[in-house]
Amino acid sequence: MKALYSLFLVFALAAFALLGAGTLGMEKAFGLYIPFLAVAVFVVGFCLRVVDWGKSAVPFCIPTTCGQQESLPWIKQNKIENPSTTCGVVIRMLLEILTFRSLFRNTKVDLHAGTRVAYSSSKWLWLGALAFHYAFLITVVRHLRFFTEPVPGLIATLDAMDSLLQIGAPTLYLSNLIFVAALLYLFLRRVVVPQVRYISQVQDYFPLFLILGIAFSGIFMRYFAKVDIISVKQLTMGLVTFSWVIPDGIGAMFYVHIFLVSVLLAYFPLSKLMHMGGVFLSPTRNMNCASRKYRHVNPWKFENVHYHTYEEYEDEFREKMVEKGLPVDKPLAEGAE
Amino acid sequence: MYDKSKIFAGLAVFVVVMTYPFWNNIGSAAYVRPELEKPKNSQACVENVELMRTEHMSMLNEWRDEVVRDGVHEYHSKTSNQVFQKSLTKTCMKCHENKDKFCDKCHNTVAVDPYCWDCHVDPKGVQK
Repeated sequence: MKALYSLFLVFALAAFALLGAGTLGMEKAFGLYIPFLAVAVFVVGFCLRVVDWGKSAVPFCIPTTCGQQESLPWIKQNKIENPSTTCGVVIRMLLEILTFRSLFRNTKVDLHAGTRVAYSSSKWLWLGALAFHYAFLITVVRHLRFFTEPVPGLIATLDAMDSLLQIGAPTLYLSNLIFVAALLYLFLRRVVVPQVRYISQVQDYFPLFLILGIAFSGIFMRYFAKVDIISVKQLTMGLVTFSWVIPDGIGAMFYVHIFLVSVLLAYFPLSKLMHMGGVFLSPTRNMNCASRKYRHVNPWKFENVHYHTYEEYEDEFREKMVEKGLPVDKPLAEGAE
Repeated sequence: MYDKSKIFAGLAVFVVVMTYPFWNNIGSAAYVRPELEKPKNSQACVENVELMRTEHMSMLNEWRDEVVRDGVHEYHSKTSNQVFQKSLTKTCMKCHENKDKFCDKCHNTVAVDPYCWDCHVDPKGVQK
Protein backbone atom coordinates (compact mmCIF):
# COMPACT_ATOMS: atom_id res chain seq x y z
CA MET A 1 0.00 0.00 0.00
CA LYS A 2 2.76 2.40 0.96
CA ALA A 3 4.67 1.35 -2.16
CA LEU A 4 1.60 1.92 -4.32
CA TYR A 5 1.06 5.32 -2.74
CA SER A 6 4.66 6.31 -3.58
CA LEU A 7 4.34 4.93 -7.10
CA PHE A 8 1.16 6.91 -7.60
CA LEU A 9 2.91 10.04 -6.33
CA VAL A 10 5.72 9.66 -8.87
CA PHE A 11 3.22 9.02 -11.66
CA ALA A 12 1.33 12.13 -10.60
CA LEU A 13 4.54 14.19 -10.70
CA ALA A 14 5.39 12.88 -14.17
CA ALA A 15 1.84 13.58 -15.35
CA PHE A 16 2.08 17.07 -13.86
CA ALA A 17 5.21 17.77 -15.92
CA LEU A 18 3.65 16.25 -19.06
CA LEU A 19 0.59 18.40 -18.63
CA GLY A 20 2.46 21.57 -17.69
CA ALA A 21 5.29 21.48 -20.23
CA GLY A 22 3.52 19.46 -22.90
CA THR A 23 -0.09 20.56 -23.02
CA LEU A 24 -0.11 23.93 -21.32
CA GLY A 25 3.14 25.05 -22.92
CA MET A 26 4.87 26.09 -19.71
CA GLU A 27 8.32 25.05 -20.96
CA LYS A 28 9.96 28.03 -19.28
CA ALA A 29 8.69 27.06 -15.86
CA PHE A 30 9.54 23.38 -16.17
CA GLY A 31 12.78 23.79 -18.11
CA LEU A 32 14.31 26.78 -16.34
CA TYR A 33 12.63 28.21 -13.23
CA ILE A 34 11.83 25.00 -11.40
CA PRO A 35 15.24 23.36 -12.02
CA PHE A 36 17.06 26.52 -10.94
CA LEU A 37 14.97 26.86 -7.79
CA ALA A 38 15.47 23.16 -7.07
CA VAL A 39 19.26 23.52 -7.26
CA ALA A 40 19.09 26.51 -4.90
CA VAL A 41 16.89 24.60 -2.43
CA PHE A 42 19.24 21.62 -2.66
CA VAL A 43 22.48 23.52 -1.99
CA VAL A 44 21.13 25.89 0.67
CA GLY A 45 18.94 23.27 2.36
CA PHE A 46 21.79 20.78 2.43
CA CYS A 47 24.09 23.31 4.12
CA LEU A 48 21.43 24.30 6.67
CA ARG A 49 20.80 20.66 7.60
CA VAL A 50 24.52 20.01 8.03
CA VAL A 51 25.03 23.16 10.13
CA ASP A 52 22.04 22.14 12.25
CA TRP A 53 23.61 18.73 12.83
CA GLY A 54 26.94 20.37 13.56
CA LYS A 55 25.29 22.44 16.28
CA SER A 56 23.75 19.45 18.02
CA ALA A 57 25.42 18.37 21.19
CA VAL A 58 27.51 15.23 21.24
CA PRO A 59 27.33 14.57 24.97
CA PHE A 60 29.17 11.28 24.95
CA CYS A 61 32.02 9.65 23.12
CA ILE A 62 30.02 7.01 21.28
CA PRO A 63 32.05 5.43 18.48
CA THR A 64 31.14 1.86 17.64
CA THR A 65 34.14 -0.40 17.83
CA CYS A 66 34.71 -3.62 15.98
CA GLY A 67 38.19 -4.56 17.08
CA GLN A 68 40.76 -4.44 19.82
CA GLN A 69 41.18 -1.05 21.43
CA GLU A 70 44.60 0.49 21.91
CA SER A 71 45.88 -1.11 25.07
CA LEU A 72 49.11 -2.52 26.46
CA PRO A 73 51.94 -2.58 23.93
CA TRP A 74 51.89 -6.38 23.54
CA ILE A 75 48.18 -6.49 22.72
CA LYS A 76 47.71 -5.94 19.01
CA GLN A 77 45.37 -3.05 18.30
CA ASN A 78 42.98 -3.04 15.36
CA LYS A 79 43.99 0.38 14.07
CA ILE A 80 41.17 0.82 11.55
CA GLU A 81 38.19 -0.77 13.28
CA ASN A 82 39.13 0.80 16.60
CA PRO A 83 41.22 3.83 15.71
CA SER A 84 42.99 5.88 18.34
CA THR A 85 44.58 8.37 15.96
CA THR A 86 43.11 10.87 13.50
CA CYS A 87 44.77 8.99 10.66
CA GLY A 88 42.98 5.80 11.71
CA VAL A 89 39.66 7.65 11.89
CA VAL A 90 40.22 9.07 8.40
CA ILE A 91 40.91 5.60 6.98
CA ARG A 92 37.85 4.23 8.76
CA MET A 93 35.68 7.04 7.36
CA LEU A 94 37.07 6.58 3.85
CA LEU A 95 36.22 2.87 4.00
CA GLU A 96 32.77 3.76 5.25
CA ILE A 97 32.08 6.41 2.61
CA LEU A 98 33.71 4.78 -0.40
CA THR A 99 33.02 1.10 0.27
CA PHE A 100 30.09 1.13 2.76
CA ARG A 101 32.05 -0.83 5.37
CA SER A 102 29.19 -1.07 7.86
CA LEU A 103 26.78 -2.49 5.29
CA PHE A 104 29.42 -5.09 4.49
CA ARG A 105 29.03 -6.24 8.08
CA ASN A 106 25.32 -6.83 7.55
CA THR A 107 24.05 -10.12 8.96
CA LYS A 108 20.80 -11.98 8.73
CA VAL A 109 19.10 -14.07 11.37
CA ASP A 110 17.75 -17.53 10.59
CA LEU A 111 16.03 -20.17 12.63
CA HIS A 112 17.66 -23.53 12.09
CA ALA A 113 15.79 -26.72 12.98
CA GLY A 114 12.92 -24.66 14.33
CA THR A 115 14.50 -23.18 17.41
CA ARG A 116 18.23 -22.74 16.87
CA VAL A 117 19.07 -19.11 16.00
CA ALA A 118 21.86 -18.65 13.51
CA TYR A 119 23.42 -15.48 12.22
CA SER A 120 25.01 -15.47 8.81
CA SER A 121 26.70 -12.96 6.61
CA SER A 122 24.48 -11.22 4.08
CA LYS A 123 26.26 -9.24 1.42
CA TRP A 124 23.42 -8.61 -1.04
CA LEU A 125 22.33 -5.30 0.45
CA TRP A 126 25.93 -4.12 0.44
CA LEU A 127 26.41 -5.18 -3.17
CA GLY A 128 23.12 -3.62 -4.30
CA ALA A 129 23.84 -0.38 -2.46
CA LEU A 130 27.37 -0.16 -3.83
CA ALA A 131 26.22 -0.85 -7.40
CA PHE A 132 23.42 1.69 -7.12
CA HIS A 133 25.51 4.49 -5.62
CA TYR A 134 28.43 4.14 -8.01
CA ALA A 135 26.18 3.82 -11.06
CA PHE A 136 24.39 6.97 -9.88
CA LEU A 137 27.69 8.80 -9.41
CA ILE A 138 28.86 7.82 -12.91
CA THR A 139 25.51 8.91 -14.35
CA VAL A 140 25.68 12.30 -12.64
CA VAL A 141 29.28 12.94 -13.71
CA ARG A 142 28.46 11.82 -17.26
CA HIS A 143 25.69 14.41 -17.41
CA LEU A 144 28.27 17.17 -17.03
CA ARG A 145 28.72 16.90 -20.80
CA PHE A 146 25.55 18.99 -21.01
CA PHE A 147 26.92 21.66 -18.68
CA THR A 148 30.43 22.19 -20.01
CA GLU A 149 31.75 23.50 -23.32
CA PRO A 150 34.17 22.17 -24.42
CA VAL A 151 33.55 18.91 -22.60
CA PRO A 152 36.57 18.13 -20.37
CA GLY A 153 38.54 15.08 -21.43
CA LEU A 154 37.87 13.33 -18.15
CA ILE A 155 34.09 13.44 -18.68
CA ALA A 156 34.42 12.37 -22.32
CA THR A 157 36.64 9.48 -21.24
CA LEU A 158 34.15 8.41 -18.59
CA ASP A 159 31.42 8.49 -21.24
CA ALA A 160 33.51 6.35 -23.56
CA MET A 161 34.32 3.89 -20.77
CA ASP A 162 30.65 3.63 -19.88
CA SER A 163 29.74 2.74 -23.48
CA LEU A 164 32.72 0.44 -23.80
CA LEU A 165 30.84 -2.51 -25.27
CA GLN A 166 29.58 -0.41 -28.22
CA ILE A 167 26.18 -2.06 -28.23
CA GLY A 168 23.73 -0.38 -30.60
CA ALA A 169 23.51 3.29 -31.48
CA PRO A 170 23.37 5.41 -29.40
CA THR A 171 25.69 3.07 -27.56
CA LEU A 172 24.35 1.37 -24.46
CA TYR A 173 25.66 2.79 -21.20
CA LEU A 174 26.67 0.00 -18.86
CA SER A 175 25.85 2.20 -15.89
CA ASN A 176 22.23 2.33 -17.15
CA LEU A 177 21.95 -1.44 -16.79
CA ILE A 178 23.63 -1.58 -13.38
CA PHE A 179 21.61 1.39 -12.13
CA VAL A 180 18.20 -0.03 -13.02
CA ALA A 181 19.12 -3.54 -11.89
CA ALA A 182 20.36 -2.28 -8.52
CA LEU A 183 17.31 -0.04 -8.03
CA LEU A 184 14.96 -2.91 -8.82
CA TYR A 185 16.83 -5.14 -6.38
CA LEU A 186 16.64 -2.51 -3.64
CA PHE A 187 12.91 -2.14 -4.29
CA LEU A 188 12.20 -5.88 -4.45
CA ARG A 189 14.12 -6.37 -1.22
CA ARG A 190 11.74 -3.97 0.50
CA VAL A 191 8.68 -5.74 -0.86
CA VAL A 192 9.80 -9.37 -0.60
CA VAL A 193 11.60 -9.55 2.75
CA PRO A 194 8.81 -9.46 5.39
CA GLN A 195 10.88 -7.74 8.09
CA VAL A 196 12.02 -5.03 5.69
CA ARG A 197 8.53 -4.58 4.29
CA TYR A 198 7.20 -4.11 7.84
CA ILE A 199 9.54 -1.19 8.54
CA SER A 200 9.31 0.39 5.06
CA GLN A 201 7.50 3.71 4.88
CA VAL A 202 6.37 6.00 2.10
CA GLN A 203 9.59 7.96 2.53
CA ASP A 204 11.53 4.77 1.74
CA TYR A 205 9.62 3.87 -1.40
CA PHE A 206 9.21 7.38 -2.75
CA PRO A 207 12.91 8.11 -3.48
CA LEU A 208 13.25 4.65 -5.02
CA PHE A 209 10.38 5.24 -7.42
CA LEU A 210 11.43 8.81 -8.06
CA ILE A 211 14.95 7.77 -9.02
CA LEU A 212 13.57 4.88 -11.05
CA GLY A 213 11.31 7.37 -12.83
CA ILE A 214 14.31 9.60 -13.57
CA ALA A 215 16.25 6.60 -14.87
CA PHE A 216 13.41 5.37 -17.08
CA SER A 217 12.65 8.81 -18.54
CA GLY A 218 16.35 9.28 -19.31
CA ILE A 219 16.72 5.82 -20.83
CA PHE A 220 13.56 6.37 -22.85
CA MET A 221 14.97 9.62 -24.26
CA ARG A 222 18.31 8.06 -25.15
CA TYR A 223 17.27 4.78 -26.74
CA PHE A 224 13.60 4.96 -27.72
CA ALA A 225 11.89 8.31 -28.29
CA LYS A 226 15.04 10.29 -28.96
CA VAL A 227 15.20 14.02 -28.44
CA ASP A 228 17.33 16.55 -30.28
CA ILE A 229 20.31 16.47 -27.97
CA ILE A 230 21.85 19.71 -29.23
CA SER A 231 18.67 21.60 -28.31
CA VAL A 232 18.86 20.00 -24.88
CA LYS A 233 22.41 21.20 -24.50
CA GLN A 234 21.33 24.71 -25.58
CA LEU A 235 18.80 24.68 -22.75
CA THR A 236 21.13 23.26 -20.09
CA MET A 237 24.02 25.55 -21.03
CA GLY A 238 21.63 28.50 -20.97
CA LEU A 239 20.47 27.41 -17.53
CA VAL A 240 23.96 27.48 -16.01
CA THR A 241 25.12 30.64 -17.80
CA PHE A 242 21.96 32.59 -16.93
CA SER A 243 21.18 33.24 -20.60
CA TRP A 244 17.98 31.28 -20.35
CA VAL A 245 16.57 29.96 -23.61
CA ILE A 246 13.96 27.42 -24.56
CA PRO A 247 14.86 25.92 -27.94
CA ASP A 248 11.98 24.61 -30.03
CA GLY A 249 11.10 21.01 -30.38
CA ILE A 250 12.47 19.35 -27.26
CA GLY A 251 10.13 16.47 -26.53
CA ALA A 252 7.88 16.48 -23.46
CA MET A 253 9.83 13.51 -22.09
CA PHE A 254 12.77 15.81 -21.48
CA TYR A 255 10.61 18.02 -19.26
CA VAL A 256 9.39 14.99 -17.33
CA HIS A 257 13.01 13.99 -16.78
CA ILE A 258 14.19 17.41 -15.66
CA PHE A 259 11.11 17.93 -13.48
CA LEU A 260 11.63 14.63 -11.65
CA VAL A 261 15.29 15.55 -11.15
CA SER A 262 14.18 18.92 -9.75
CA VAL A 263 11.80 17.18 -7.36
CA LEU A 264 14.62 14.90 -6.24
CA LEU A 265 16.93 17.88 -5.65
CA ALA A 266 14.33 19.87 -3.72
CA TYR A 267 13.24 16.82 -1.74
CA PHE A 268 16.83 15.89 -0.90
CA PRO A 269 17.48 18.19 2.09
CA LEU A 270 14.10 17.33 3.62
CA SER A 271 14.54 13.60 3.51
CA LYS A 272 16.51 10.51 4.37
CA LEU A 273 18.61 11.17 1.30
CA MET A 274 20.54 13.54 3.55
CA HIS A 275 22.61 10.50 4.52
CA MET A 276 24.89 11.89 1.81
CA GLY A 277 25.96 14.57 4.27
CA GLY A 278 25.03 12.64 7.38
CA VAL A 279 27.51 9.86 6.77
CA PHE A 280 30.31 12.35 7.41
CA LEU A 281 28.73 13.45 10.67
CA SER A 282 28.01 10.04 12.22
CA PRO A 283 29.46 10.19 15.72
CA THR A 284 29.58 6.39 15.88
CA ARG A 285 31.95 6.40 12.92
CA ASN A 286 33.89 9.66 12.99
CA MET A 287 34.92 9.80 16.65
CA ASN A 288 38.25 8.72 17.92
CA CYS A 289 38.00 5.47 19.93
CA ALA A 290 40.32 6.77 22.63
CA SER A 291 37.85 7.64 25.35
CA ARG A 292 40.22 6.29 28.03
CA LYS A 293 43.08 8.43 26.81
CA TYR A 294 41.29 11.73 26.20
CA ARG A 295 38.39 13.10 28.18
CA HIS A 296 35.35 13.88 26.00
CA VAL A 297 33.95 17.21 27.16
CA ASN A 298 30.23 17.66 26.85
CA PRO A 299 29.82 20.83 24.82
CA TRP A 300 26.41 21.60 26.26
CA LYS A 301 26.25 24.94 27.97
CA PHE A 302 23.66 24.37 30.62
CA GLU A 303 22.62 28.00 30.92
CA ASN A 304 21.44 27.79 27.30
CA VAL A 305 19.51 24.58 27.70
CA HIS A 306 15.90 24.77 28.68
CA TYR A 307 15.10 21.82 30.86
CA HIS A 308 11.91 20.89 32.66
CA THR A 309 12.38 21.19 36.42
CA TYR A 310 10.43 19.10 38.90
CA GLU A 311 8.56 22.20 40.07
CA GLU A 312 7.40 22.90 36.52
CA TYR A 313 6.49 19.26 36.09
CA GLU A 314 4.42 19.26 39.25
CA ASP A 315 2.71 22.52 38.23
CA GLU A 316 1.77 20.88 34.96
CA PHE A 317 0.40 17.64 36.38
CA ARG A 318 -0.58 18.53 39.97
CA GLU A 319 -4.27 18.07 39.41
CA LYS A 320 -3.81 14.62 37.88
CA MET A 321 -1.29 13.61 40.55
CA VAL A 322 -3.65 14.56 43.36
CA GLU A 323 -6.42 12.73 41.58
CA LYS A 324 -4.34 9.53 41.55
CA GLY A 325 -3.23 10.04 45.15
CA LEU A 326 0.42 10.76 44.34
CA PRO A 327 2.36 12.88 46.87
CA VAL A 328 2.84 16.51 45.84
CA ASP A 329 5.15 19.17 47.26
CA LYS A 330 2.59 21.94 47.00
CA PRO A 331 -1.02 21.19 47.71
CA LEU A 332 -3.67 22.07 45.17
CA ALA A 333 -4.45 25.77 45.25
CA GLU A 334 -7.71 26.81 46.80
CA GLY A 335 -10.54 27.01 44.33
CA ALA A 336 -8.60 25.15 41.67
CA GLU A 337 -10.97 22.20 41.78
CA MET B 1 29.69 23.73 17.68
CA TYR B 2 32.20 20.89 17.59
CA ASP B 3 34.76 20.75 14.76
CA LYS B 4 33.48 23.97 13.27
CA SER B 5 36.41 24.33 10.88
CA LYS B 6 36.05 20.78 9.56
CA ILE B 7 32.31 21.07 9.01
CA PHE B 8 32.60 24.40 7.21
CA ALA B 9 35.53 23.14 5.14
CA GLY B 10 33.40 20.14 4.15
CA LEU B 11 30.45 22.35 3.27
CA ALA B 12 32.69 24.65 1.23
CA VAL B 13 33.88 21.64 -0.79
CA PHE B 14 30.25 20.55 -1.22
CA VAL B 15 29.12 23.95 -2.48
CA VAL B 16 32.08 24.30 -4.85
CA VAL B 17 31.55 20.82 -6.31
CA MET B 18 27.78 21.16 -6.64
CA THR B 19 27.92 24.55 -8.33
CA TYR B 20 30.68 23.45 -10.73
CA PRO B 21 28.52 23.94 -13.87
CA PHE B 22 27.78 27.51 -12.80
CA TRP B 23 31.25 28.81 -11.95
CA ASN B 24 32.98 26.76 -14.62
CA ASN B 25 31.12 28.68 -17.33
CA ILE B 26 31.77 32.15 -15.96
CA GLY B 27 33.58 34.23 -18.54
CA SER B 28 33.20 31.76 -21.37
CA ALA B 29 31.28 32.77 -24.47
CA ALA B 30 27.57 32.00 -24.55
CA TYR B 31 26.79 28.58 -25.91
CA VAL B 32 25.56 28.57 -29.50
CA ARG B 33 24.22 25.71 -31.51
CA PRO B 34 27.06 24.34 -33.71
CA GLU B 35 26.98 25.71 -37.27
CA LEU B 36 26.95 22.81 -39.70
CA GLU B 37 28.23 23.02 -43.24
CA LYS B 38 25.26 22.77 -45.59
CA PRO B 39 25.71 20.58 -48.69
CA LYS B 40 26.18 22.51 -51.93
CA ASN B 41 25.03 19.77 -54.29
CA SER B 42 21.75 18.78 -52.71
CA GLN B 43 18.58 20.25 -51.26
CA ALA B 44 17.15 17.45 -49.13
CA CYS B 45 18.50 14.63 -47.02
CA VAL B 46 17.23 11.04 -47.18
CA GLU B 47 14.65 11.91 -44.53
CA ASN B 48 13.43 15.16 -42.98
CA VAL B 49 15.69 17.13 -40.69
CA GLU B 50 13.89 16.32 -37.41
CA LEU B 51 14.13 12.59 -38.03
CA MET B 52 17.75 12.85 -39.15
CA ARG B 53 18.69 14.81 -36.04
CA THR B 54 17.27 12.28 -33.62
CA GLU B 55 17.52 9.01 -35.53
CA HIS B 56 20.56 9.15 -37.84
CA MET B 57 22.63 6.97 -35.54
CA SER B 58 20.01 4.24 -35.40
CA MET B 59 19.52 4.48 -39.14
CA LEU B 60 23.22 4.04 -39.85
CA ASN B 61 23.35 1.15 -37.42
CA GLU B 62 20.44 -0.55 -39.18
CA TRP B 63 21.92 0.16 -42.60
CA ARG B 64 25.16 -1.52 -41.62
CA ASP B 65 23.38 -4.62 -40.36
CA GLU B 66 21.11 -4.84 -43.38
CA VAL B 67 23.94 -4.39 -45.87
CA VAL B 68 26.48 -6.61 -44.14
CA ARG B 69 24.17 -9.39 -42.97
CA ASP B 70 21.27 -9.41 -45.41
CA GLY B 71 22.82 -7.83 -48.52
CA VAL B 72 20.00 -5.29 -48.81
CA HIS B 73 21.55 -2.20 -50.32
CA GLU B 74 18.54 -0.05 -51.21
CA TYR B 75 16.95 2.43 -48.85
CA HIS B 76 13.48 3.68 -49.72
CA SER B 77 12.98 7.11 -48.23
CA LYS B 78 9.80 7.58 -46.24
CA THR B 79 9.56 11.28 -47.06
CA SER B 80 10.58 11.60 -50.70
CA ASN B 81 9.93 8.22 -52.37
CA GLN B 82 13.51 8.25 -53.58
CA VAL B 83 15.83 5.28 -53.41
CA PHE B 84 19.26 5.66 -51.87
CA GLN B 85 22.20 3.37 -51.50
CA LYS B 86 22.76 2.39 -47.87
CA SER B 87 26.26 3.71 -47.52
CA LEU B 88 27.96 6.14 -45.19
CA THR B 89 30.74 7.14 -47.54
CA LYS B 90 28.81 6.91 -50.83
CA THR B 91 25.50 8.43 -49.75
CA CYS B 92 25.88 10.51 -46.58
CA MET B 93 29.34 11.80 -47.31
CA LYS B 94 28.58 12.54 -50.95
CA CYS B 95 26.81 15.67 -49.68
CA HIS B 96 28.21 16.06 -46.18
CA GLU B 97 31.71 15.88 -47.52
CA ASN B 98 33.68 17.07 -44.59
CA LYS B 99 33.59 15.13 -41.33
CA ASP B 100 35.22 17.96 -39.39
CA LYS B 101 32.68 20.51 -40.54
CA PHE B 102 29.63 18.32 -40.18
CA CYS B 103 29.74 15.12 -38.08
CA ASP B 104 32.28 16.22 -35.50
CA LYS B 105 30.63 19.56 -34.76
CA CYS B 106 27.72 18.07 -32.83
CA HIS B 107 29.45 14.90 -31.71
CA ASN B 108 32.19 16.89 -30.00
CA THR B 109 29.86 19.23 -28.18
CA VAL B 110 28.03 16.34 -26.50
CA ALA B 111 31.13 14.14 -26.13
CA VAL B 112 29.92 11.44 -28.49
CA ASP B 113 32.64 9.41 -30.16
CA PRO B 114 30.98 7.14 -32.72
CA TYR B 115 32.97 4.17 -33.85
CA CYS B 116 32.13 4.70 -37.57
CA TRP B 117 35.73 5.75 -38.15
CA ASP B 118 37.20 2.62 -36.65
CA CYS B 119 36.56 1.05 -40.08
CA HIS B 120 35.50 3.86 -42.45
CA VAL B 121 37.94 6.45 -43.67
CA ASP B 122 37.12 10.11 -43.84
CA PRO B 123 37.73 10.82 -47.56
CA LYS B 124 38.41 14.51 -47.13
CA GLY B 125 40.30 14.03 -43.93
CA VAL B 126 43.26 12.52 -45.78
CA GLN B 127 43.91 15.71 -47.71
CA LYS B 128 44.46 17.82 -44.61
